[in-house]
Amino acid sequence: MRPGRAKKLWNWLAVYAFLYMVFLYAPVILLPLFAFNESTIIAFPLSGFTTEWFTVLVNNDALARSVENSLFVAVTTAVVSTLLGACAARAAARYRFPGQKGVIGFIMLPLVLPEIIVAVALLVVLMQLGFSLSLWTVIAGHILICMPYSIAILSSAFQGLDRNLEEASFDLGETNWGTFKRVIFPLVLPGVISSLLITFTISLDEFIIAFFLTGTDATLPVYIWSQLRFPSKLPSIMALGTILLVLSIILLILAEWFRQRSAKRQGVEAAAGGFI
Amino acid sequence: MILNREARQGLTLISPTLVYALLLLAAPLLTVVTFSFWTQDYLDIDTTITLNNYREAWTQPIYRTLIFRSLWVSLIVTLVTVILAFPIAYYLSFHVTRRKALWLFLITIPFWTSYLLRVFLWKVILGYNGVLNSALTGLGIIDEPLTFLLYNVNAVVITLAHAWAPFAILPIFVALEKIDRSLLEAAEDLGDGAVRRFFRVTLPLAMPGVIASTLIVLIPTVGDFVTPRLVGGTDGLMISNMIQIQFGKANNAPLGAALAVSSMVIVSSISLVIFLVGKKFGGRVQ
Repeated sequence: MRPGRAKKLWNWLAVYAFLYMVFLYAPVILLPLFAFNESTIIAFPLSGFTTEWFTVLVNNDALARSVENSLFVAVTTAVVSTLLGACAARAAARYRFPGQKGVIGFIMLPLVLPEIIVAVALLVVLMQLGFSLSLWTVIAGHILICMPYSIAILSSAFQGLDRNLEEASFDLGETNWGTFKRVIFPLVLPGVISSLLITFTISLDEFIIAFFLTGTDATLPVYIWSQLRFPSKLPSIMALGTILLVLSIILLILAEWFRQRSAKRQGVEAAAGGFI
Repeated sequence: MILNREARQGLTLISPTLVYALLLLAAPLLTVVTFSFWTQDYLDIDTTITLNNYREAWTQPIYRTLIFRSLWVSLIVTLVTVILAFPIAYYLSFHVTRRKALWLFLITIPFWTSYLLRVFLWKVILGYNGVLNSALTGLGIIDEPLTFLLYNVNAVVITLAHAWAPFAILPIFVALEKIDRSLLEAAEDLGDGAVRRFFRVTLPLAMPGVIASTLIVLIPTVGDFVTPRLVGGTDGLMISNMIQIQFGKANNAPLGAALAVSSMVIVSSISLVIFLVGKKFGGRVQ
């Protein structure tokens, strides 16, 4: 290809990339715009600046309760799915056993299953067993869909481990537990934190499973869903969305920072791939 | 079977996770399949095996329409999403040299905002008095607001194509990154022009990524139920809305289960076909 033509192509691709980013960010940018907009109607033109919708949020009991519920669900989900994910990731990275691929593939299945299938399947079983729906049933579903993400993150942490370090530790007289505590765990800790943050974020935002499996206690997305029907509540929902957006960006930056630290500790040249 | 020490340790280590997945995924999925052969009369479940639910699911026009619409919408969404995503992944992999990770981060940020609100905001953008219409009328491009944007299948396609964008970009990007750049030089040295080189080397080698993103988008979108409810109107409803109704208001969980199983079987078969065709096409560099 002649250099002139190649350059033209890249220019077109750059324009396309820019337009694509506009498409990706279109809804996200509207969120803060309407959160600070004075009018109660979510439409253009904007009328004036206000922080009223944020103050409305503070005195909302139902919202406060749903935030509490969601935090409980998300923290429990993050801890349990990271623990279970760590077992699977370590087993996949360190050991070879028959049926390994099938077992891992099966555990990763929720990644491609429609959430409604997971939700319906759990609902049917719970109904049959006579369980009543509660936040715990939501947690059970969330752990299932969060495990694959946790495994994906932790796999790279465990795969980066140098086996010699482990053997050196055994040679120096450490037990299995001692080696885990003093060698392996500190090395994968940043990956663990990154997994905790990602699974926390996923659980916090998950709607379909929570909608099917929650009892009388609403999680935050279920609360938001119930409010979307009332036009008068929308501006405060926009304000809420803005707060959530800022929080998730902070959490993601933290997760990425920990992931890079993990890579650096292991001396892997992944630091170059980071964005910070 | 006698296992060596390493295999036993590995299996022991993975067993908590595996047991969890067996109890809360395999068992429930099997239960749904069993359930779909039962019947429900108000609150009583009749456990006589029958094919009636499937007969109803496959012959009643309403269910057939919804299943086919869901498949159709998902296929269009997948096509649109993957075709829109490919140039971005290509640009990132072949042109962006510094700060690739920053680009990837920027692509994933919108995905981390509340899913419900993202869908809702598309309603705000596409509505009669929405952002797009007011912008277009304001600029004098149209006189009357466009009505074909919201509450139909178009809106569902746009919203889902947006929601699944990062899932389509990332696998293609990874596949493109893996391509050995010297192969491209070789093609050029051997006289292939840019277009031929793209179709004979780059695209076949990127095929695993394209297939992965196709399946990652196709399968879950069939089951989406928020988007059709919020922006689809009555003509845009999909099968999951019906599944939800059967499990909720209609109180006919076995029929809901039959609908869920039917749509999953169809989607899985389509996915398998796509996977096999893609493998054949992308298996080797021609």
